[in-house]
Amino acid sequence: MTATALAPARPRLGALTAESTFIARSMRHSLRDVEALLMSVMLPVMLMLMFTWIFGNAIDPSGGYVDYVVPGIILLCAGFGASSTAVSVSRDMTTGIIDRFRTMPLRSGAVLTGHVVASLVRNLFATAVVIAVGLLVGFRPSAGPLEWLGAFGVVALYILAITYLFAAIGLAASTPEAAVGYGFILLFLPYVSSAFVPVETMPEWLQPIAEYQPITPVIEAIRALLMDQPVGDNVLWAVVWCVAIVAVSVVWGAWLFRRKAGRR
Amino acid sequence: MTLAIDARGLRKRFGRTEVLAGLDLAVPSGTVFALLGPNGAGKTTTINILTTLIRPDAGSARVAGYDVVEQGDDVKRRISLTGQAAAVDEVLTATENVVMMGRLSGLSRREAHSRAAALLERFELTDAAGRRVGTYSGGMRRRLDLALSLVVPVSVLFLDEPTTGLDTRSRKELWSVIRSLADDGTTVFLTTQYLEEADRLADRIAVLDRGRVAAEGTAGELKARIGGDVVELRDADGLLLVELPTDGTVHGLRAAIDELDRLPVASAPGGVVSIRRPSLDDVFLAITDRAAAPAPELIESK
Ligand SMILES: Nc1ncnc2c1ncn2[C@@H]1O[C@H](COP(=O)(O)OP(=O)(O)O)[C@@H](O)[C@H]1O
Ligand SMILES: [Mg+2]
Repeated sequence: MTATALAPARPRLGALTAESTFIARSMRHSLRDVEALLMSVMLPVMLMLMFTWIFGNAIDPSGGYVDYVVPGIILLCAGFGASSTAVSVSRDMTTGIIDRFRTMPLRSGAVLTGHVVASLVRNLFATAVVIAVGLLVGFRPSAGPLEWLGAFGVVALYILAITYLFAAIGLAASTPEAAVGYGFILLFLPYVSSAFVPVETMPEWLQPIAEYQPITPVIEAIRALLMDQPVGDNVLWAVVWCVAIVAVSVVWGAWLFRRKAGRR
Repeated sequence: MTLAIDARGLRKRFGRTEVLAGLDLAVPSGTVFALLGPNGAGKTTTINILTTLIRPDAGSARVAGYDVVEQGDDVKRRISLTGQAAAVDEVLTATENVVMMGRLSGLSRREAHSRAAALLERFELTDAAGRRVGTYSGGMRRRLDLALSLVVPVSVLFLDEPTTGLDTRSRKELWSVIRSLADDGTTVFLTTQYLEEADRLADRIAVLDRGRVAAEGTAGELKARIGGDVVELRDADGLLLVELPTDGTVHGLRAAIDELDRLPVASAPGGVVSIRRPSLDDVFLAITDRAAAPAPELIESK
């Protein structure tokens, strides 16, 4: 039997047409979620002020705490900002719009790329706010251009890693509400790291957890780069952790994405 | 005659439930075909297989001439799906939704915009085109959902319960749109729980029961299967009490009346007896009940 196509078949797309269309879509989503947008500015400001003015003096009366805490707040904000990716992805899965995309001749995973890129942009913006507020309240980084570039790279890689993880959580969750719930646990990880207090000050049983969890090398790497201190092997471990998280999330996500086809 | 859909022996099970148990379908190009079945019958599963979303456990299907498993991309380039839930982007406006689908279907930015204007006009959404879809009513969403499937012409359009959850007015609006699509020569494969919908829209109807096609044909052919007229008894308020199918002969009619006499409800004051042509409802019950319990004579109203 011959093809019965009365209508011409859909044309093949340009190399990155699907990706750029989905990125534009997710950026629109981000810009139109006014609450989340406001939160992404307010949260860095409030955390910065709270940690430097309220906790800062108690922890280090000399006023040096701001220099210590900036990387932690960057990560905390990135976590909050990236967590909305889980909700967006889960919403796409449950409304059935992803199934519509899947029945089109596209690399349908491109819709996830859209969410990830939007998250990267949102969270780099939030990072800029943290640093700006930090500078206002006395943050005095001593990094040179190369160190700034390195710190930027580590932050961007961390945002990517946690965004991919949240995207996979969004795929795994049965509803957007459930996605919020699962994501919540991840947001506590920075507190059990060297983000806010040195690991040595923690109870002994907690120290190994804090020492060997992924956030700590990321924090230490950013802090060392910004404050022009020896980085040791922290950058290496930060990169290894982030790449591993991306890899696991992508494999897990791809599996979930395939398995959940047609489940509307 | 070329077949737009040619499915043979489709089987699918989820865990212990066998949803499709050897489904055969043959849909000629350019026709409207309705797959009729109650909730949970396997209609969406069938659509999912035909639109490449899931693989059948056994059997094969060709859509627009291509195998859904082996040549999925070729199939995807010739179909559109409007699923059971309105798959629209609620954060975007209607125009942005159509333009996005246009871009994803290979139109240039300019083409996508002019296509959006034309489609939204056709679906009477022009006034709301710049509003976020989140603010739309159910009927408007469904119309947009259908518009999104039509940004580029396709050979086969799949509609999964296109009017479920709509009020009568929106349903009728959608029916006329679907009819006009069919008149343009698009093959339409739709699923429905509504017999009236199948009757109004479809050239051919297949009744899905226990994972197989229990009966297939035009609405007229299916109605002919049940034979003659139906005798019905209604109470004083017009509420249906009993329906009895007959074989259309005088003898059959008398037998039905005798049967009525034996029923206690028949002696209720103000009861009205009438005779009518069989509806697709009768056909459906007859076909599916026959499978469940052989030859029921009496169809009591629910
Ligand atoms: N992905 C799935 N996993 C498990 N069960 C499923 C899945 N999809 C459908 N089913 C089951 O298969 C049956 C048929 O479902 P479906 O095809 O959606 O019916 P319909 O569309 O006719 O209402 C239902 O009992 C449903 O619960
Ligand atoms: Mg269904």
